[in-house]
Amino acid sequence: MSDRLPPSTPDPTRGATSAAAAAVPEGLALAYESGVELGERSQWTHARRRFFRHRLAVASLIVLVLIALVGVFAHQLAPYGYDEIDLDNTTRSPTLDDWHLFGTDQLGRDYLSRVIFGVRTSLWVAVFVALVSSALGTTVGALAGYYGGQVDNLLMRLTDLMLTLPGLAVLLTASVFLGSGDPLRIGLILAFLFWTAVARIVRGLFLSLREREFVEAAKAAGASDLRIIVRHMLPNCTGPIIVNTTLVVASAILVEAALSFLGFGIQPPNPALGKLISEGQSEGFSLWWLVTFPGLVIMVIALCVNFVGDGLRDALDPTQRRIRA
Amino acid sequence: MPDPILAIRDLTVEFDTEDGVVHAVTDVGFDLHPGEILGVVGESGSGKSVSMLAILGLIPKPPGRIVDGQALFRGEDLLKLPENRLQKIRGEAIAMVFQDPLSSLNPVLTIGEQVSEAIRAHDPDSSAAAAQKRTVDLLALVGVPAAERRYHQYPHEFSGGMRQRAMIAMAIANDPTVLVADEPTTALDVTIQAQLIEVLKAARRETQAAIVLITHDLGLIAELADHVVVMYAGRIVEVGDVFSIFDSPRHPYTAGLLASLARLDAGTEVLEPIPGQPPSLITPPPGCAFHPRCALSRGRVTCRTEVPRLRALGTDGEHRSACHFAEELVALDPNVEPAT
Repeated sequence: MSDRLPPSTPDPTRGATSAAAAAVPEGLALAYESGVELGERSQWTHARRRFFRHRLAVASLIVLVLIALVGVFAHQLAPYGYDEIDLDNTTRSPTLDDWHLFGTDQLGRDYLSRVIFGVRTSLWVAVFVALVSSALGTTVGALAGYYGGQVDNLLMRLTDLMLTLPGLAVLLTASVFLGSGDPLRIGLILAFLFWTAVARIVRGLFLSLREREFVEAAKAAGASDLRIIVRHMLPNCTGPIIVNTTLVVASAILVEAALSFLGFGIQPPNPALGKLISEGQSEGFSLWWLVTFPGLVIMVIALCVNFVGDGLRDALDPTQRRIRA
Repeated sequence: MPDPILAIRDLTVEFDTEDGVVHAVTDVGFDLHPGEILGVVGESGSGKSVSMLAILGLIPKPPGRIVDGQALFRGEDLLKLPENRLQKIRGEAIAMVFQDPLSSLNPVLTIGEQVSEAIRAHDPDSSAAAAQKRTVDLLALVGVPAAERRYHQYPHEFSGGMRQRAMIAMAIANDPTVLVADEPTTALDVTIQAQLIEVLKAARRETQAAIVLITHDLGLIAELADHVVVMYAGRIVEVGDVFSIFDSPRHPYTAGLLASLARLDAGTEVLEPIPGQPPSLITPPPGCAFHPRCALSRGRVTCRTEVPRLRALGTDGEHRSACHFAEELVALDPNVEPAT
């Protein structure tokens, strides 16, 4: 056995070399795999990273989330009920006493609580308007862009018609006819006015997507029209749709405020921010806090939503490499 | 020979454009037999892709128009089927691989999602999990390494060759009987092309599908095809099995194509280009569309006035040519330009 050892000694080395030889492609494979790992980022990961580098947008998002949370938990957070009348404490200017941070109105109702409930109502309406109008607009735009021809003509002329209508006049008329006051109804009326922008955006995107080869490939793979629209084309439009939806939230808040201010929006005692301002303005500057605080809140919300929208637009548009901070 | 699985007859397709009517495909007819690979060769714009897209109902109408013809598949004329029936055939019985895998893949869906889409489009009842499992198997079959993980990657994370593999996986997902590969290797570099050829062969073994291979790459045809259809200016100019086409072309255009090919085995020193440009398909030359560029025609009146019909040359009738003077090519070596 001992003289057999020498010839057997090369064996381990050979084994080692062959193991090393085997290890090389394995190492290469590992390097390759890890390289792939690095590249493994979806557009959403990229978008998220770009968004979080946009400081103003992130700050606005935080403020918005806080405001939204205050609205959602209005019942828990508000120190008073929105219609809690306290005739001993009327028209108090903002003070730390009894938490009347925003003062009280002529009936002694705590204005901080009213603003908190106003945020709740106004945000709810705005988000509802944004979602409903986006859904409606996306549907109209997708059908018009995908089918083209007569369908496109019909739907887009309808959209043009909507755009030529004087919005405020229609709103006032509609709220008179449909009855106003109810946030859901106001939301539906507003949504009916706001869908046109999304429709045009989505139509434009679909017109160009329709010519893309992957749509033809999907067709060649036997996908139905509905499947192509929903599964292949819409995912390519999410960025612009999301951005537009956020921007609609901002406009809807403003328009709803204007409508309520004019007395055609949400009716008391349900407090909406615009309604609060209109109630306050009858007192002029003597009770300045009645106008100022709801006005400021509207401004902050609209500004933040717009900043978030801008941030999203930059983040979701992969062609835009430059980040504005 | 068994009955053809797909028989195209007299297919004529036109496009209305601002400049006039484009005669993209004229009187095209050929048979595709089960399990064979049929190569369709021709220059860009010779109507190879359009004819296949037309039978699948994939040319936009308008401006496209199928003027005439039949495409018999399983006893039905595809050109007369309503859209919803055709939709069921597309991707299931007849699947297609496109030329540019990057633009043919949806940039915002993962590779896995797209392959499973192809499965679920034809089998809506199949569960997401089952479709995913089948997709991973398919990706592995076409040679995508680490298929499980790559399932979740996006097209931009795939290399060109890998994308084309994914396209092939998508095309064979439903076990098609006919696979149309439209220039499957054109967008890829040569080493990847060679791999893709193996993938196509594997795909054929797996599905037993007959393949229509549309290409202008004669090397690919020589490597893969059983039969060859040569197209020029929207018409078929020569049909035959791959050996007779390469060894004894009977149409001056085919002969010219072969002479212009760089071949390592023939030791050709100087490549012979075909002179001139492909004709306009709006106002094609009268008679034989190839006559202005033809070395054989030498200005003969017949070439300028009579449209040549495809006619059988051999005794078996398999090798056919649309040249008035095909016989004059018999004695000539394909690598030597016909004497003028």
